[in-house]
Amino acid sequence: MEAFLQQLINGIQYGSIYALIAVGYTMVYGVLRLINFAHGDVYMLGAFVAYYIIVGLQIDKHPSVGNFVFVLLMCMLVCAVVGMLIERLAYRPIRHAPRLTALITAIGVSLLLENGGIVVFGADPKYIPTIIEPAQAGESGLFVSVGQMIMLVVSLVFMVILRFIVMNTRFGRAMRAIAYDMDAARLMGIHVDRVIALTFALGSALAGAAGMMVATFTSVKITPLFGLLPGVKAFVAAVLGGIGNIPGAVLGGLLMGVIEAFVGGSALTTYRDAIAFLILILVLLLRPSGILGKAVTEKV
Amino acid sequence: MSVGRFWLLRGISLFAAAGSLLAANALIAWLRATGWVDDYTYRVIMLCGINILLAVSLNFINGITGQFSIGHAGFQGVGAYTSAAFTLASIRWFQERGLAGTSLGDQILLASAIVVGAVSAALAGLLVGIPSLRLRGDYLAIATLGFGEIIRVTILNIEAVGGARGLKDIPILTNFLWLYLVVFLLLALSRNLLVSVQGLGFLAVRDDEIVAEALGVNTTRLKVIAFVLGACFAGIAGSLYAHFDGYLNPDNFRLEQSIIILTMVVLGGQGSVTGSVLSAILLTVVLEWLRFLPTITLGGRAFTPSELRMVFFSLMLILLMLWRPKGLLGQKEFGWMVLRQYWRLLRT
Repeated sequence: MEAFLQQLINGIQYGSIYALIAVGYTMVYGVLRLINFAHGDVYMLGAFVAYYIIVGLQIDKHPSVGNFVFVLLMCMLVCAVVGMLIERLAYRPIRHAPRLTALITAIGVSLLLENGGIVVFGADPKYIPTIIEPAQAGESGLFVSVGQMIMLVVSLVFMVILRFIVMNTRFGRAMRAIAYDMDAARLMGIHVDRVIALTFALGSALAGAAGMMVATFTSVKITPLFGLLPGVKAFVAAVLGGIGNIPGAVLGGLLMGVIEAFVGGSALTTYRDAIAFLILILVLLLRPSGILGKAVTEKV
Repeated sequence: MSVGRFWLLRGISLFAAAGSLLAANALIAWLRATGWVDDYTYRVIMLCGINILLAVSLNFINGITGQFSIGHAGFQGVGAYTSAAFTLASIRWFQERGLAGTSLGDQILLASAIVVGAVSAALAGLLVGIPSLRLRGDYLAIATLGFGEIIRVTILNIEAVGGARGLKDIPILTNFLWLYLVVFLLLALSRNLLVSVQGLGFLAVRDDEIVAEALGVNTTRLKVIAFVLGACFAGIAGSLYAHFDGYLNPDNFRLEQSIIILTMVVLGGQGSVTGSVLSAILLTVVLEWLRFLPTITLGGRAFTPSELRMVFFSLMLILLMLWRPKGLLGQKEFGWMVLRQYWRLLRT
């Protein structure tokens, strides 16, 4: 029972990170019908920005809530700018090209960020010094660290804010209108280019926040390739929840995290990284629209 | 064209091909003996051949049939690992009969290893192809990516083939003649398919699947055939690579390798066989040549060419998509036909 609860807690914690990344995939897919392969690499950038700020300003020696919020906001800002740049330079020129052209471009951008990262940051793994005490066994015998709790709470707060932005603001309404029908949205006077750019900024900022939290609160190695697998898994989470559907992405992310934690805790632990792809293929075959998505029939 | 004339021409071209293959083989052997072609250049020539196999076989799936696979390295991995495991398992049998090391024994061993690699990769292709039929476009791409990764992780977990340490001491059997013989076979197959009635079905699936189906083309069957054939030749490329390099590691068959193959097809023009050949050669040579760029020092940091190689690669992929998404040749072919057309134009 304890082991079960422990894996559940770990799973929800990973899952909240997957959910933060998956939301970005799903929003971009919603408005552009584009799988933004580079999204996982934006997450990687967030982790590196956190590393350089924390080590550069020696924030690990003076931990305080204000400092963490500052680092978090800086990471989000940098990633938002990078996301908008990617959209402006790589995706906007080919917006009306066939979808596979866009997909190949997205793969190219992802490769560029990874290998550019190797050139700029170096291929050697980097660590952020431990700031918050690692997990201690509590009275119940479960390991829950303060860092894990912070990650979970911050993710939840971001989800609530995102929900508010998408459902209750002009920008959110414009975004949903574009997702529904881009041409009609343009005819209704929506500034499509601006809204798409902001969508990228929003998604990238969330990925940056996820990267910052993982880098700061867990003892993960940061390498230029470290966004690749979380990125793909978050994409799977988005597909699992129903791509284009924001609550679906959150649900998919949490499910993904929990499934992975249980596989990681079982005898199949070495297949942990393959399980995401197995889920993906099963979802695509059995229910391509995902758990919360609506099936779309293709017009001839 | 009368039947006799057809077979006459076919015979002539077969003889010409066999002759030029043997001549090229002799030339390479002579150049290597005189030292004009050193081991490194020879390696690049061989890598060109392997990449031609990979690019043309992926072009079969992506270009000619209009599907989209980014898991090609997975098939290459299946072929490489099964054939290498076969060779390592059966070499003792050959040694006991005194065949190992002899020219004949090596040829038989390599040929059977290629067959094993081809069959197992084709089976993997069948396994991937059938469920993938329900998917199209970017979903298919992601599913093939997933299959490729599953294959790699599975290989990583099989201790019998070395797991993460890789598979060492594979007998080195691949030579120029075998490699380019297979290249020739694949090219002939692709070329003949493209000009035949059967091939039109594949093109129809690419151009408009729904119309093709309405006109009575069995799209399901053709898509599976495309996947199986593409995977089969990727497996052959893998087995030739395994017996050329002598060492395999699951990392050789990562997503990055799939994307490199994809770039070759896209650069050459999706659907163009000759385009794939040209860009496979071009990219192999350019990527090797980039190794020799001098180290650049900028702001106190040294950038080695090997780091910049993949940056160059990804930039090229993006710029290609932005400026010339059709690739070098589009869907056109370059060959005797083109030359003949120009000749006719000149005469009239």
